[in-house]
Formats: sequence, structure tokens, C-alpha cells
Amino acid sequence: MRARTLPHLRLRGNGRSSAARRALAVAAVVSMGTGLLAGCADDGDSGSDGSSGDSAGKTTITLGLFGTQGFKEAGLYAEYEKLNPDIKIAETVVERNENYYPALVNRLTSNSGLQDIQAVEVGNIAEVATTQADKLMDLSKVEGVDKGDWLDWKWQQATTRDGATIGLGTDIGPMAICYRKDLFEQAGLPTDREEVGKLWAGSWDKFVETGQKYQEKAPDGTTFLDSPGGLILAILSGEKEKFYDAAGEVVYKDNPAVKNAFDLTAQAAEDGLIGNQTQFQPAWDQTIANNKFAAVACPPWMLGYIKGKSQPDAAGKWDVAAAPKPGNWGGTFLSVPKSGKNAEEAAKLVAWLTAPEQQAKLFAKQGSFPSAPGAYELPQVTGAKNEMTGDAPIGEIFAKAAEGVPNQPIGPKDQIIQQGLTDNGVILVTQGKSPKEAWETATKTIDNNLDQ
Amino acid sequence: MSTRHDTAAPPVKEGGAAPGHRPSGTVSDEAAKKRARLSRRWQRDMRWSPYAFVSPFFLLFAAFGLFPLIYTGWASLHQVELTAPTDMSWVGLRNYTRIFDDDFFWNAARNTLTIGVISTVPQLLMAMGLAHLLNYKLRGSMFYRVAMLAPYATSIAAASLVFVLLFGRDYGMINWALGFVGIDNIDWQNDHWASQFAVSTIVIWRWTGYNALIYLAAMQAIPQDLYESAALDGANRWQQFLHVTLPSLRPTILFTVVVSTIGASQLFGEPLLFDANKGASGGSQHQFQTLGLYLYEQGWVNQHLGRASAIAWTMFLILIVIGLVNYVISRRLRASSSSD
Repeated sequence: MRARTLPHLRLRGNGRSSAARRALAVAAVVSMGTGLLAGCADDGDSGSDGSSGDSAGKTTITLGLFGTQGFKEAGLYAEYEKLNPDIKIAETVVERNENYYPALVNRLTSNSGLQDIQAVEVGNIAEVATTQADKLMDLSKVEGVDKGDWLDWKWQQATTRDGATIGLGTDIGPMAICYRKDLFEQAGLPTDREEVGKLWAGSWDKFVETGQKYQEKAPDGTTFLDSPGGLILAILSGEKEKFYDAAGEVVYKDNPAVKNAFDLTAQAAEDGLIGNQTQFQPAWDQTIANNKFAAVACPPWMLGYIKGKSQPDAAGKWDVAAAPKPGNWGGTFLSVPKSGKNAEEAAKLVAWLTAPEQQAKLFAKQGSFPSAPGAYELPQVTGAKNEMTGDAPIGEIFAKAAEGVPNQPIGPKDQIIQQGLTDNGVILVTQGKSPKEAWETATKTIDNNLDQ
Repeated sequence: MSTRHDTAAPPVKEGGAAPGHRPSGTVSDEAAKKRARLSRRWQRDMRWSPYAFVSPFFLLFAAFGLFPLIYTGWASLHQVELTAPTDMSWVGLRNYTRIFDDDFFWNAARNTLTIGVISTVPQLLMAMGLAHLLNYKLRGSMFYRVAMLAPYATSIAAASLVFVLLFGRDYGMINWALGFVGIDNIDWQNDHWASQFAVSTIVIWRWTGYNALIYLAAMQAIPQDLYESAALDGANRWQQFLHVTLPSLRPTILFTVVVSTIGASQLFGEPLLFDANKGASGGSQHQFQTLGLYLYEQGWVNQHLGRASAIAWTMFLILIVIGLVNYVISRRLRASSSSD
């Protein structure tokens, strides 16, 4: 009884202030709740606010990028701002595409939080083109954009079935074979890039045979190739079709080209021609630093990677020869979401950034290889050299490869299939599993991952 | 205030409960009305204010706990892709029935269990031993206590990345050290048990000190006279530990077991970062893919939100079963300890 009467008394004493207190409590709760809800709603809005005019009346165009695209580093923003005094350019960069892309998909599906321009990696462009095309501008209709400026296959990769081109190509990754002249010499192989190219011209089987020759007299502790993943990827990149057919159906299991690539890689791994590494892992980096392999499938950007991981004395010991068949590995597109406030201006900027002259400047500065053949005649490309490859005319070699790349259909789940074949497939052969077992593990993983 | 003390004891003829009564004739009608109004307000206050005070938590819980939980359940009955999360097509229980013959799910469940056991059991045993040692009077005991908590304060990402380097096959420090005692290079990432052991090591490293401090706190609360009387009865150190320390720690041990079990069943960051591949497959043969990792792989790598939701709910149900088992065991333990 006592316990119950006490608060009662206190209330009677100052009922007014208690009512005030209660009102305050309710207000606090309500404001907290609405604050929360407003907070949720706000998030989307402030995100899409990324683009706006600033006080000086300039239009700010924002770019969402991943990795090192290098537009800023090559001075292209400054140049464009000089040409267009009303424009200001700002970029936000996420370092890794694995972190960038899921967020981009999220923003595209909710149509909020997008920048005026968004970069899309080639591994994702098919998925974006098949599932998000209605949110993106058809850039083929933008003034000054000419389909003929790009390599045909690059243009097609970002073009939907209805013929809308939702991204303009920046760089590409035409593939060659980078090899160590010193290791080749010790193994009794030719070192001249023309002769090396002839060893395997036109056939990956010959490439593997060369590997067997290398391995017979290989310097201790070295393998012919770096990793099984790199080899299967290189073989597949030059095929007419890999995981999808022209109609957009998944055919990876029935496509003889895929099985052949798998078997050839597995055989090379069983014969001990390939290091048992996964690319871009720290242990793989160390095999570069310690000169553990003699050759690697090598788009232009790989030279930059090799340079970053090598000891200083490896400079100039590499050379570049044509791959058995030209293929493409990597590349980026720039897209313009329709919902952006400055979509028109953004599209103009994209057209300018991806024009041959700018691509050539980007290549000179960043080594991102141009997707516009017009750039291949420009001195930045024809005269290009790389520290790792001495006086090899890499611009000409890669330009030749770029023009031979087949127009291969790419599909939304290419990356999942590819990862299944490499990381759940051929790598197992280097760990002592049979090729048959590896193929079964790979296909089972892929099928489970594709099943919706 | 004491002048109104009379109101607390209402006359019998009025009936009713204390707050609701009408005062007797000495007070005017207006005052009576006012009083009644105040009284009703007070009643409402007493009834509803507590709810208002606890509501922030429940609002937050509803927005960020309950709603996602229910929505996940709803999504699990559909085929939904991350690329179009609003585009759902009803599939009923198919996402659940397929789990029964999904080898990858059961493989992940097995891994979660084995990694859970490999990491939790040694972790708690070592924590107990460390706590026992720290319970002695030591020089610089504060230093040791802080040092033990340091791994707990390290981020999972930083710790895991360092362990990946230590456990490297070709250039790792652990294999280098093992080389001196004649053990050939162990492939810590690709061998089934070696990889699970390595992942467990990260967990053990992070959580042993935390559990040791919890045990230490509980040990210091054990009355000294228990040890004295045990010593008088002729018990040596080991017997004192078995018959005094351990029984007194029983509730604490139970707590750490429950917390570690929950932690183990949600294991995610360590195996994700221990993966040599960029995806979330938990090794090339899924040898250390846990349930949390499989859920992430289905939802965010493969973009099948419906399947991922069904996995999430199945994990939830499994956790409930584990919780019930825990509850039964703890009741048994409590019953047996009270009969001691």
C-alpha cells in the first residue's frame, strides 16, 4: 500500500509539472521515431543530390568510379573544365569493383544515390545491360558519338538486345603473352618476340607444347606459367563463344570450346607446367617478386601490375609476344543514369572522355589501353614503351591484338561461371585432384550458383 | 502534501480503488472534478508512460530487427534476384525444400559445427587456464589483463589478413617454423582439416582473452574462506581448483558456452577473409565455408535473395534448436548444482 500511495502523493503535489514531463517524454519518443523515419527517407534523397549547381552557377557533374581509372590523374577533368567554364567535375572512387558493383546495383534498382556518371566493369556490363537498361541513357543517340569510333566488339558489349548502348567504352585489355627473356634463354627457347610468337601462333595446344619444352630444361623452381586460372581465362577470351551463345542462353557445359580449354589447362597443370597459385593473391604476387614463372597471359594493365610486384632488377627482362589467339581481358564503360539532374551534360562529358584523343592521353599516363582504334595511330600509342619490357613496341603489339579480338557474346553471369571454372575447377588439378574430379566440382558449384 | 493524506484511504461507502474515489463533502464540486481529472491523468500516466519510456528500443527493434526478419521470411517464399528486388515471383516453400538436398548447405552446416567445436573447446579451456594463472598475485597483472584483451579489440579484418599471411603455404611463417621440425609445407588454405584449424586459430586468438577475463572476474568473486577450509581439509591446489573453483564458476561457464556457441554459429568474417578467392565459396572445395558465408554467397555474390532468405531462416530455426538444447542442459546443471 505504501509503495502505491507514495507516487500518488507526489503527483497530487505537482500534477502540472508531471504533465509537462509526460508531454516531454512523449515528444521525445515521437521526435525520435519520426527522426528515425526521416533519417531513412533522407538517405535516399541526399544521395541523389550528388549533382547540383553551386553558388557560382556552375553545373557540377559527379562521377562514380572504381579502381584507378585515371581521368583525374591524366588531367582530363581540368582540361574539360577549361573548355567548358560552366562545368565542374567531381569524382568518388571506390577502390575495388567487388565493393563498388553491389552498391551500384542497389542504387540502380532503387534509382537513388546515383552519380551523374557511373563506371561499369566489363564483367558486369552484360548484367547491367540486361537488367538495368531502362535506368540508363542510350548513349548512341548523344551528339558526337559515332559507333565507328569504337572497336565493334567493345561497342556490342554495352548494347542491349533492343539496340540501346548504355555505356561507352574507355579502356580494353587486348591480350598478349608476357615472357621472361632470361628464363626462356636458360631453357633453350628463342627470346626474340617474333620467333616466340611463331612457336605457338594460332594454337593453344602449341602453347602448351612450348611449355613442355620449357619445363624439360627449366631453371630450378620455376614453372612455364603462373596459374591455371590465367591460362583457362586466356584461352576462353579468344573463342567465338564461351559461356553464353548469341541468343543469350547459358551454354558453358555444352560448349566444346569451354571443355577443351578446361582439359588443356588441366593437362598442363598435371604436367607441372603451371604454378599452383590463384591470381592476385599475396602468394601469387610473391611468385612475381621471386621470378617463379616464365610466361603469363598479359593485357596491357598486367604490365603495370607486374611492375608493382617485381624486384627492381626484373626491369627490362620481360618481353611481349602475340598470344596464340587474340582475346580480351578487362575493360571499363561509362554509363549515365537517366535520373541524374545533369544527364545531358554528363552524356556530353562521357562522349568527350571516351573520344580517341582522350583515350590516347589516358593510355600515355595510366596504361589503360584505348578501345577506340582511332587512338592507335596517335603517337602516345605507337611510341609507347614499358619499363618492364624494355624497347618492345607494346602499343603496336596490343593494338594488333585488339583488332583481332572476336565479337564474343558476354552474359550476366560470366563472372560466376568463370570463377567456378578457375577457383573451384582447374586450381584443384594443381592440388592433386584429377581433371574429371575438378570438372565435376566446378560444374556442380556453378550450377548451384546459377540456380535461382 | 501531508494534508491530503486522507485521500489515500477512501471511505468504504464510496467503494472503488484508491485513485478513483470522490472526496467527501468538505471539498467543493469543482475541486472534486479537478481532482478526478488529475486522478484519471495519473492513471493514464501510470499505465502508459512506461510503454513510452521503453518504446525507443522497440521502435528501433521493429524497424531494424522485426521488419527485416519478417520481410526476409516473406522473401524466402519467392524467387527474387538482387538485380530486381521488387520483382518477386511466388515459389512457396521451394527455397526450403531444396535446402534438404543442397549439398553445399549441409557441407556449410558441417563446417560450421566442426569449426565451432575446434575453436570453442580449446578457447574456453585455455581461457580457464589463463584466468587461473592471472588469479595468482603477479607483478604487472594489469599489463597481462590488458594484453589479453588486445586481440579482442583488433578488427576481424586486420587479424584475418595477418593470419592469412602467417598461414601462407609457400612463404608463410608458420610453415617456415614447422620446416625446422621436419614437417613439410602444409597447404593451410586448401587442405580440409588444416584450413578449418587455421580459421579456428583466428577465432581462438581473438576470443580467448575475452573469456579469460570473464572467468577471472568470476574467480575473484569466490570467497577466500572456501579455499581456506578446503586447504584445512587437506585439498591440494588441483583439488581446490576442481572442487571449489569449477563449481563456483558454473553459471559463468554456461554463459561463455552460450555466447561462444552463438558466435560460432554466426562465424563469417574470418572464413570470408581467409578465402584465397574473391568470392565467398570458402575455399576451392568449400572446405571452410560456414553457413554465414554460404548465405552471403547466395545473396550477394550469386544475387539470389530468395534462396539467401530461406537459408537465413533455416539458420534461425537451427539456432532456436541449439538454444533449447542449451536451456535444457543449463536447467539440468542448475538442478544438479543446487543438490550439491
